[in-house]
Amino acid sequence: MGPVGSIGSRGLRLLRRWEVVLLAILLLICAANTWASEYFLDVRNLFDSTQTFSEKALIALTMTLVIIGRDIDLSVASIVALCSTAMGWLAGEGVGTPWLVATGILLGTAAGMFNGAIVTGFGVPAIVVTIGTVSLFRGIPYIVLGDGAYTDFPESFGELGQGYLFDLIPYAFVVFLLFAVFTAVLLHRTVVGRNLVAYGSNPDAARYSGIRVNAHRFWFFTANGAMSGLASVFLTARVGATRPNIATGWDLEVIAIVVLGGVSIAGGSGTMLGVVLSVFVMGMLNFGLGLRNVPGILMTIVAGLLLITAVATPIIARKIAGRRRRPRQPGESR
Amino acid sequence: MRSLLRRREAALAIVVAVLVAAIAVRAPVFLSAGSLDTLVTDGAILAIMALAQMLALLTRGIDLSVAANMALSGMVVALLSRAHPDMPVVATIAVAVGSGLLLGAFNAVLIAFLEMPPIVVTLGTMSVYRGLVFWASDGAWVNAHELGEGFVAFPNERLFGLTYIVWIAALVVGALLLLLHRMRKGRELYAYGGNPAAARYVGIDRARLQLLVYLTTGALAGLSGYLWVARYAVAYTETALGFEMQTIAACVIGGVSIAGGRGSAAGCLLGVAFLVILFNALPIIDVSPFWHMAISGTAILVAVIVNARGEARRGVLILARARVER
Repeated sequence: MGPVGSIGSRGLRLLRRWEVVLLAILLLICAANTWASEYFLDVRNLFDSTQTFSEKALIALTMTLVIIGRDIDLSVASIVALCSTAMGWLAGEGVGTPWLVATGILLGTAAGMFNGAIVTGFGVPAIVVTIGTVSLFRGIPYIVLGDGAYTDFPESFGELGQGYLFDLIPYAFVVFLLFAVFTAVLLHRTVVGRNLVAYGSNPDAARYSGIRVNAHRFWFFTANGAMSGLASVFLTARVGATRPNIATGWDLEVIAIVVLGGVSIAGGSGTMLGVVLSVFVMGMLNFGLGLRNVPGILMTIVAGLLLITAVATPIIARKIAGRRRRPRQPGESR
Repeated sequence: MRSLLRRREAALAIVVAVLVAAIAVRAPVFLSAGSLDTLVTDGAILAIMALAQMLALLTRGIDLSVAANMALSGMVVALLSRAHPDMPVVATIAVAVGSGLLLGAFNAVLIAFLEMPPIVVTLGTMSVYRGLVFWASDGAWVNAHELGEGFVAFPNERLFGLTYIVWIAALVVGALLLLLHRMRKGRELYAYGGNPAAARYVGIDRARLQLLVYLTTGALAGLSGYLWVARYAVAYTETALGFEMQTIAACVIGGVSIAGGRGSAAGCLLGVAFLVILFNALPIIDVSPFWHMAISGTAILVAVIVNARGEARRGVLILARARVER
């Protein structure tokens, strides 16, 4: 455990500070929301509000793994649209709910494998490949649907997106919490997670020490696709309709959540706790602004500023403190 | 290296030529003057912005905020034009470029002085600028009849048969060609992108280079924003939505490396030609425009895979190339 343990604990100490900051931001937002609206501090409303971000949050979990490994996946929103279209078409043909769910997840998995295979098989930067698949995966729904929509889903399917566990907690949120624990354990407590952080920090060194870097990357892309498929199931079930432009802009929102959560875009560092806190920061911010009837597009201003401020503040603080460290990848150490 | 680059561009040029020939066989009307005129006018704005994007890509950066910048700068001049319909065109262009420059400066400062990753900065400003368009316009559209007459007419006026948009794009393209392939600053972009550490040892100033890049993308986005709004005679929150991806796609298809330091203006322009020809040909050969996305996605992937071997190569002898040219 010796050296590995010490690297781990040093990383944790550094990052835990960031999580404290996130927690403070979250409490601030909640306090402001409570002050601004009497409807905020209501258990039922709070649980209901998770519906609007649980699907994105699910993808953020696996996106975190992809980004820690120095990759990026811009195609997740397009995978959501692709899976949603497939489910919509099958539902119209009279296919039952279990098969719809299986289709969504499996198609997402296949799309993720496609990304992973091109990235690792041809050695091309993930950003270029996924810029291509952004258009390819969303292009197919446009070909199939044009400006039409699928709106004919079985009732039991809709229940997945609109129903509650114990009459209180939306299913998507329950699933998100389960996967948050699972991915956190995977990242911080398993060999796979340690390998990921290792090659994310230094791919060459990791390869020389016998880590099968490309195999890891391939499966993380696959997992990200599968999770996008699952998110597509919940989203499609919740809105009860499929249009080609479904989930537009989610790719960048998901990446923003991950980066705000303290994950370095240059790879190699980040914690699942940070990402989960970031999910709630963004979620509660949107919920609060929504309660004040602020239009959705204006929330993007706040979210964008939050992202920039979150990354810039530690850098400015470090510059002011005058601690000139070894110049690292910009924005890497937080 | 030089011959390799040439070969890749030659190959792409052949692909474009075959594409044109295939379309022309199927629908000869594609080669009519009217159709070609639409083609170059549509391609003009993409050519400006793809070359601007190329500057960012060369330095291992990226500017995701260009389309949002275009929308915001376009909205600013559209609102001005609504308030003062007889504002001279020179003033309009100055305001558009100024607005774009200001938005670009925000990116530039964060990237150059705070050393933040360009992808994070421009991801953030992309949302902010897009949101500001809505805020500035209250979500309403500024329509053709509200815009000044000169405002809409200017870019579509003609000189020697071509629209002003094309001439403006030609000027910008010419200037960027000079910068990239004939000026020291341009060579520094390649040197820095090829190997940032080595570039520092030979005295290349990273911060100044990044300032130059993101101020340029900003200013050109401002200019393009005005041209876009005038050409389509409408300004709204979704103006040029997703256009940043098209600029990147044109670069990638043209063989510009996302990993920095590699790619030529000629390749980039061929990438633009490829995309624009493809998009304009679809309705002519009776393919639904809904095929746009899937086709361009496939084109990008094919280009990526074809270029994969080039991407894997490390170390570019740009100085040796310089000696040859002298």
